[in-house]
Amino acid sequence: MSDEILVHVQNLKKHFPIRRGILIQRQIGAVQAVDDVSFDIRRGETMGLVGESGCGKSTTGRTMLMLYPPTAGSVRFGDQDIFQAKGRVLLAIRRKAQMIFQDPYASLNPRWTVNAIVGEPLRVHGLVKGSRAQTERVQELLKLVGLNPMFVNRYPHEFSGGQRQRIGVARALASDPEFIICDEPISALDVSIQAQVVNLLEDLQDKLTLTYLFIAHDLSMVRHICDRVAVMYLGKIVELASKDELYNHPLHPYAQALLSAVPIPDPKAERQRQRIILTGDVPSPVNPPSGCRFHTRCPIAQSICSEQEPQWRELMGGHWVACHLAQ
Amino acid sequence: MATTSEALPGITEDTLATREPLTPTQLAWRRFRRHRMAMFGLGLIILLIVYVVGGAFVFPEKFANFVNTSIKLQGPSSAHPFGTDAVGRDILARTVYGGQISLLIGLAAVSVALIVGVAIGALSGYYGGWIDGILMRFTEAMLNIPQLFLLIVAAKYLGDKIHNFELFGREFSGSVIVIIVIIGLDSWMYLARIVRSQFLSLKEQEFVTAARCTGTSNVAIMFYHILPNSVAPIIVNATLGVANAILTEAYISFLGLGVRQPTATWGNMLEDANRYLETAPWLWFFPGMMILITVLAINFVGDGLRDALDPRTMVE
Amino acid sequence: MHTILEVNNLQTRFKTYDGLVYAVNGISYNLNEGETLGVVGESGCGKSVSVLSIMGLIPQPPGIIAGGQALYHGSDLLKKSQEELRHIRGKEIAMVFQDPMTSLNPVLTVGFQISEALQLHMAMNAEQAQQRAIELLQLVGIPQADRALHNYPHQFSGGMRQRAMIAMAISCMPQILIADEPTTALDVTIQAQMVELVKRLRDEIGMAIIWITHDLGIIAGLAQRVIVMYAGFIVEHASVDDVYDNPRHPYTISLLGALPRVDMSREERLTSIPGMPPNLIGLPPGCPFAPRCRFVVDKCLQENPPLTSASPNHEIACWVDVRTGGPR
Repeated sequence: MSDEILVHVQNLKKHFPIRRGILIQRQIGAVQAVDDVSFDIRRGETMGLVGESGCGKSTTGRTMLMLYPPTAGSVRFGDQDIFQAKGRVLLAIRRKAQMIFQDPYASLNPRWTVNAIVGEPLRVHGLVKGSRAQTERVQELLKLVGLNPMFVNRYPHEFSGGQRQRIGVARALASDPEFIICDEPISALDVSIQAQVVNLLEDLQDKLTLTYLFIAHDLSMVRHICDRVAVMYLGKIVELASKDELYNHPLHPYAQALLSAVPIPDPKAERQRQRIILTGDVPSPVNPPSGCRFHTRCPIAQSICSEQEPQWRELMGGHWVACHLAQ
Repeated sequence: MATTSEALPGITEDTLATREPLTPTQLAWRRFRRHRMAMFGLGLIILLIVYVVGGAFVFPEKFANFVNTSIKLQGPSSAHPFGTDAVGRDILARTVYGGQISLLIGLAAVSVALIVGVAIGALSGYYGGWIDGILMRFTEAMLNIPQLFLLIVAAKYLGDKIHNFELFGREFSGSVIVIIVIIGLDSWMYLARIVRSQFLSLKEQEFVTAARCTGTSNVAIMFYHILPNSVAPIIVNATLGVANAILTEAYISFLGLGVRQPTATWGNMLEDANRYLETAPWLWFFPGMMILITVLAINFVGDGLRDALDPRTMVE
Repeated sequence: MHTILEVNNLQTRFKTYDGLVYAVNGISYNLNEGETLGVVGESGCGKSVSVLSIMGLIPQPPGIIAGGQALYHGSDLLKKSQEELRHIRGKEIAMVFQDPMTSLNPVLTVGFQISEALQLHMAMNAEQAQQRAIELLQLVGIPQADRALHNYPHQFSGGMRQRAMIAMAISCMPQILIADEPTTALDVTIQAQMVELVKRLRDEIGMAIIWITHDLGIIAGLAQRVIVMYAGFIVEHASVDDVYDNPRHPYTISLLGALPRVDMSREERLTSIPGMPPNLIGLPPGCPFAPRCRFVVDKCLQENPPLTSASPNHEIACWVDVRTGGPR
């Protein structure tokens, strides 16, 4: 893992407007899905982005690749700002930054063959000439992800979930990217297949020097595969640290509660655990709480927490927290 | 607990499920085949096509248009199995040539509707926003114009303006073109709405997001990604649209506003029969039966297609 | 310990267009009073189908209960009519499912649904039932229970809905609670709330629980005994400590090896089981796990190993001793 910063996200915001009206639609509010998020990803590392449903992690990933039009902020790949890019410049960035999707059933066009699906990036970026060259390259990619290259002309519905996810990985690799956002790539798979796909991703990272942003809610898997981890809550990053730092010394109360809630497949460890049980439900992102967004459920909240938004501070080398009370 | 974990390299799974590979089209065909009425309808349509095409080899067009008032208004006989009409023409032969035009009109009108309807529906559904607003208001405006009124006015106004033309050595009345365009332009709206709703929902699908992430252009996404996945309701609607177009042509021609001489259609054969409804029933019976059989057969096929292409029963 | 449910050689199959699906193939286990049994396996292993069969919730056709017994206090549930089962379901054996939106009626208020069960099974009148419903909602931790009573399911969040389901399930003080993946769709902090709730209720009511899941983490903290299922068979059956510390079936070992842990960093690779779960159409002669097993020997492909004792209170269905690689 080098020190070169490959991806730089600065003050990213994505709000989804809520509109009402018959003839003329007026905006009456917004879902603040991602609210002022900033972080860096270094070349060769696997950055984890975790949080529960509605925290904005998937939206962050998609907005980073301009799959949603951003509300504010900037995302730089190398020295190029993707939000300012158009036409050929944007296409060149898309070649280098790809995505693996969560749903292996919905992310592949059911009417396209594997050849067409995996070959699409090759055609769009002009990387092959002619259909034979495309088929050959697709077969190479299938072998790379552990699928039988004879399956090029089959349709997605003929494959299992794990195999389809591999097809999605092959597609992401087709344009020879440097950076891949993995948006919950294993959540829809069985346990034993999850391990297959994770091992594959790790092998590919070594082989092809890839940089990953791994978005997930499975904290155990994130500990296994990621180098650094950012924890999100209700549109904001509340803590960011190296893997061992975060898991051994979580500083933000939400991160602490989250980690204590994850089940451990070990009866003795489970019996000894002290769980921090949060009360209540996650507030609505349309109307987030004032000050620190977590204060409504925080076991140690003070009055300042409802009044002022906490600053994003680096408490130790590389360990950042947004909490008034953390030390 | 000691576990050695070793991943086996290159986990190739050499056998898929025991079923042979089937394209989505093959799967749909299989389901269609199970629908007995649909297969029956398909058979009828094939027979009809053989009738109108093959019949032209049996009866030259001259024969169908051969006026011989001395044998006019004769009932079915061995010389003229369907009888003769008011100017002595053989009805059987006329149903052959009339059938060609009626079917042609049906297919061509639907083609016009498809081109316009799919284009408008796709643009509307995919881009949304003000494009959708304008196109849909336009569509609704067109829907509000009564069909009959539009057809009558357009037929009356345009009917004489387009000249007869020659194709394949045969002469056709210009009114054929007029009717095709009019029927087509009056039925695209339903198709547009269907296509629009398909595009609205499909554009949110993750494979479309994946295509955008790859860098695929909007046009390519609409045409190659979304459209192939929305053919099911389009095909069903278009198929039933052919039946509808044939019926529409029939009653327009019956009213005297449709296809003119020298071209025969089942519809204008009915018009000729108007004065002889009770005295010479064979004048309307045979063309009427042709229309009935055709429309029925198309509806059966349409039903079968609807079930065969139903996405809820797609293999998953 | 007093056995309240005894399942013997349960077999369930399904007639499909492609053939006969062998979903459950002769599973046997006992459930004792107040005990929590975890049923673990991946999708398609038959864990859900087995309990649905016991509860008479498998439509026949296309389902067929091809054999076996489910003795509840000695009488066979599989032989009872739907009418008789209706008296047992909800009152003595309650079920909680994964998706509360499909198991709660969306057009009836939550209060109505709970009261209905109470009036039906506990012979309460409407007023008593409503009072008890409020108490139950409070018991499961739904705030402002008296107002929540009049809410519809869609007005609750996912976690609240699941709590309402649990309230309905325990309303008649059942002897057995069957929970089929009840927390799979929930966030991890909500899941932790649910598990704490169930533990508390279990202690208060003393009910036995069958908890079905693919999540080996939850089972470790909740169950006393564990059944591991694969392709409709039980492959390992032991106390929770034995299963996690001393797994003896290759599938269990691989499954545990595929799991990362949140409390420790694993440097080595996760175990991935090669191949895919078997097609359940038709029963091949040998062990269903043989094609994917590291320890496979010839016998495994010819004969399906029965579930036998490996040590006291620890049964496995395997021909091989994984500690040595040789036969058992």
